[in-house]
Amino acid sequence: MSKTTKKTKTKMSAMAKKEERWAWLFIAAPFVGFLLFMAYPICFAVFASMSKWTGINSLIGNFCGLDNYIALFQDEKFWKSLMTTIIYLIGIPIGMILGLLLAMGMNRKIPGVRVLRTMYYVPVVSSLVAISILWAWVYNYDYGLFNSIIKALTGMHGPNWLGDTFWVKVAMIIFMTWKGLGTSIILYLAGLQNIPRNYYEAALMDGANGWQKFKNITLPLVSPVTFYILITSLIGGFQVFVEVSVMVSNGGTDYSAATVVYYLYDKAFSNGQLGYGCAIAVLLAIIVFIITAFNFKFQDKWVKTMD
Amino acid sequence: MSKEKDYASSALVTKKEKVINVIVFIALCLGAVVMVFPLIYMVATSFMTKNQILSGTLTLFPDPILIGKYSEVLQKGEFIRGIINSLKVAIPLLIIGGFTSALAAFGFAKMQFRGKGILFLALLATIMIPFAVVMIPQYVMFTKLGWTNSLLPLIIPGCFGNVSMIFFLRQNLLGIPDELMEAAKLDGCSYFGTFVKIFFPLMKGAFGTQLMLWFMGIWNDYLAPTIFLRSEKNWTLQVVIRSFNSYYAIQSDYALIMAASVIAMIPTMLLFFIFQRVIIESIAISGIK
Repeated sequence: MSKTTKKTKTKMSAMAKKEERWAWLFIAAPFVGFLLFMAYPICFAVFASMSKWTGINSLIGNFCGLDNYIALFQDEKFWKSLMTTIIYLIGIPIGMILGLLLAMGMNRKIPGVRVLRTMYYVPVVSSLVAISILWAWVYNYDYGLFNSIIKALTGMHGPNWLGDTFWVKVAMIIFMTWKGLGTSIILYLAGLQNIPRNYYEAALMDGANGWQKFKNITLPLVSPVTFYILITSLIGGFQVFVEVSVMVSNGGTDYSAATVVYYLYDKAFSNGQLGYGCAIAVLLAIIVFIITAFNFKFQDKWVKTMD
Repeated sequence: MSKEKDYASSALVTKKEKVINVIVFIALCLGAVVMVFPLIYMVATSFMTKNQILSGTLTLFPDPILIGKYSEVLQKGEFIRGIINSLKVAIPLLIIGGFTSALAAFGFAKMQFRGKGILFLALLATIMIPFAVVMIPQYVMFTKLGWTNSLLPLIIPGCFGNVSMIFFLRQNLLGIPDELMEAAKLDGCSYFGTFVKIFFPLMKGAFGTQLMLWFMGIWNDYLAPTIFLRSEKNWTLQVVIRSFNSYYAIQSDYALIMAASVIAMIPTMLLFFIFQRVIIESIAISGIK
């Protein structure tokens, strides 16, 4: 190796080192933010979840090992809220099917697609508190929109949407589907527009019918979008709080509308059981992690890529 | 002969297609009406008298039209204070957080350093952490720092950058040729100078879109404000309209509640209608990328 090349090499690496130092500086802020407001709180939550801590008493002095978790497994209200959270997830496949159908409709040669798309998307950008207030009014037993329509059509009084332990779940699922539908449509529409036209032309040559085209071309080629919607809605689905908090009071009749996050909030900020709340938080994190990891692990079974 | 038949069948197909298109169009329009109907109902209710609202019959047209509820809402001190507080959170957050996010996106897209791929993936993975998991420790932390009597808990964490904004801006920067970076280096331009003078102007459009989306998120946020803001004077707008809802529902003053909610929705609605094309495009990209 000659002397000159060695020299340029060290010079290059000095420049590269300089670039690296600047780059690390540029990307530092989000990592510092992550350490302060995510990593540290998570470690803290794990530790606090093993204490009968109220925020006023001593955190370490009330260390109780796994007692909170044991109590949690026997806590009927926790299981109820977890079950309700899972029931609300029924809205995800409903929203995906409706979203795909509507997006397929918009992908045809019809006028006013952009206006339609915007109309379906309006609920997504609306304030969740405002539209939860609105829907609580829509679901009002005596004067609400739904029961007015039911009365006008059938002459009978509609269900007590938010007061009944069964109907409140139906009401929440309808609301969440309405709120989220716009996102699925936009995402599916983008996915559909990405499918090369000649795929369908080739299928037409082969004499494929509409259902076969849907099953063999459309569905597999939008599967990455389906996967994305599934992942984000599942993560979001386990964090439902605002709509429950606004639309019903105290978690609804018999706590029938409460979700895990609502229960967590209730325990931590209404009852002051911060340690117990942290145990719920840790369990929630584990559940979300397992579901996400599970989805990523099995995505190659059904998610197709274009190439 | 067979060719003629082909033509005939393709004409039949297009005719069939046209009929289907008409049916699809009608169905989509009906669906769209169902989607916006609750919002129309909301606006209609805000103009109605109490008697009309509580008549129990389905009406959409306020008779008489009452605009008094809007001025009543706007004369309430806590409502105006809510708007001001929301802006006090949004403005510094968007300026500082926007800057740190853009800078990080530039670092990830245009600079070479060890561990780039893994660090970026690690950052992306943090999107999956539910806020609910960290909210109790954050609450305790902010209480100890004495922040819960101010708006700081809502401002400071976001100032360190927004991961989805970093993701989108990086995506945008990847589409800009690397040669610009090399040229700047040869000209002896500093890295920060290259970012400010060359790359930032080139991503202004994407930057603006992301800031708008972030603004909507801040404006509509409810969970964090309701936990972290201990004193009523700091309540942001969403917390205020929520408290209106519990207070005035007892008095059955639904027109007032709806008027307050309508006003709370106006800023994000306006932004959305003006910039809907770029906003929708940016959402559409997220599913494909």
